[in-house]
Amino acid sequence: MAYSEKVIDHYTNPRNIGTLDKASAQVGTGLVGAPECGDVMRLQIQVSDSGVIEDAKFKTFGCGSAIASSSLATEWLKGKTVDQALAIDNMEIVEELALPPVKIHCSVLAEDAIKAAINDYRVKNGMEPLELEKSHH
Amino acid sequence: MIQIPIYLDNNSTTKCDPRVFEAMTPFFLEDFGNAASKSHAFGWKAEEAVDYAREQIAKIIGANSKEIIITSGATESNNLALKGVYEMYAAKGNHFITVSTEHKAVLDACKHLEKLGAEVSYLPVGEDGLIKVEQIQAAIKPNTVLVSVMYANNELGVIQPIREIAALCREHGVLFHTDATQAVGKIPVDVMADQIDLLSFTAHKMYGPKGVGALYVRRKNPRVKVTAQIDGGGHERGMRSGTLNVPGIVGFGKACEIAMQEMESEAARLRVLRDKLENALLEMEESYLNGHKEHRLPHTTNISFKYVEGEGLMMGIKDVAVSSGSACTSASLEPSYVLKNLGLDDELAHSSIRFGLGRFTTEEEIDFTIKCVTDAVNKLRDMSPLWEMFKEGIDLKSIEWSEH
Ligand SMILES: Cc1ncc(COP(=O)(O)O)c(C=O)c1O
Ligand code: FES
Repeated sequence: MAYSEKVIDHYTNPRNIGTLDKASAQVGTGLVGAPECGDVMRLQIQVSDSGVIEDAKFKTFGCGSAIASSSLATEWLKGKTVDQALAIDNMEIVEELALPPVKIHCSVLAEDAIKAAINDYRVKNGMEPLELEKSHH
Repeated sequence: MIQIPIYLDNNSTTKCDPRVFEAMTPFFLEDFGNAASKSHAFGWKAEEAVDYAREQIAKIIGANSKEIIITSGATESNNLALKGVYEMYAAKGNHFITVSTEHKAVLDACKHLEKLGAEVSYLPVGEDGLIKVEQIQAAIKPNTVLVSVMYANNELGVIQPIREIAALCREHGVLFHTDATQAVGKIPVDVMADQIDLLSFTAHKMYGPKGVGALYVRRKNPRVKVTAQIDGGGHERGMRSGTLNVPGIVGFGKACEIAMQEMESEAARLRVLRDKLENALLEMEESYLNGHKEHRLPHTTNISFKYVEGEGLMMGIKDVAVSSGSACTSASLEPSYVLKNLGLDDELAHSSIRFGLGRFTTEEEIDFTIKCVTDAVNKLRDMSPLWEMFKEGIDLKSIEWSEH
């Protein structure tokens, strides 16, 4: 199966690889997937006092599409409010990266990681965690 | 200058040797006859070519040409051996013994036979990928008809103790079949010395064309028979009907002849290159060899690069064609069953890469591959959350993962 140019671009030049201080109250961390499944994504957001995502970082263990999905997600997250970030749907990632059907779950993982990071941030700041849909994996 | 991409997936298939290709060409355009046509020169010429090729094919495994049934490849040979023996020896028993790391062509044929009433024991292998003769001994029962154990494993390259297993079968009056697809032409295989009753192999793994293979069926001590699975004109002494693939068979014969001549020097050459590649890659932190280090084909190595996912890694080394046990490469999302059967953590199976060197592999290609893989592993580890946790001393098993 050939990869789309955008997947190759994100894979070759991943945006925002790295680690934020997970102890900080401004940082939300989402760790999803499992090593046995062959994919683990860690996505972190740093939220300003006004609720805007100032920074986003990721690290991913997974296939090229999983790496590209998380890289793209961090790009999209920066500058969004937390509420806007919640609206990101995995199918937008599928479309942007032209992922084939067998790779849709890699984008689902990215959406799950965003939601998990937001929830971590919410809980740290005394908010109720959001009810998340059951994982589709 | 090396040519990109580099092909290191020779356990999957091999390039046709130009000498093989050349031997085949006349049989498409000039000598196109049907080997079964007895009434004219076109047929005679084809028959003569097939007879000659059959000798070459028999010779590489120390057989007689009358013991060779031409098939479409090792998948068909395995099917014919297992299903053919099951039917032919139904009166004697219905128990088969095989191994959990066999090729799907053996495992799925066995599954099929189970539906028809066979009882099949799938024996586990040790963490080195090898089966022990004692395991076979313990599994043999009064109704056991056949033991089928592959000569060398396609994913790991490990070589099973075939001679010991075959001797045990002989002792118990049980037939012994081996899928020698990965072994023939690469290491010496001798059906007489090894006491093999049935043996499957194929041309395209030994620099011959795709779509042609053979099943060896012993004719003496004991005389073995299989029930045909493809009925028709009664070709191949009734055991496999269908007009013979003359160019393919000629190519198969030529491939066997070349392999016999060059096996020893090629094996020595490839072992040096393989070891160079393997040693360099195993020098990296947290990389592990899969399968037994000694009892192994000289041109194969299978390595897990922990904390890096196999398909992601293959994308990073796109100039080198290899294969991975990772689930991401398969539609089923299951990692390689062969690696899982070694008792390997799923995680390590996901991180595995198989390198299969071949006749056309050069040292420059190996040097390039070492650099390419090392760089890609380092790059991917820098973006792996698991690698970061490992470096921080976090036990991955202590984490409650979200998805299983
Ligand atoms: C061990 C083994 N058996 C059988 C086969 C099937 O061979 P063929 O492609 O000739 O049907 C292969 C190759 O894929 C193999 O590696
Ligand atoms: S992470 Fe397995 S297919 Fe993408």
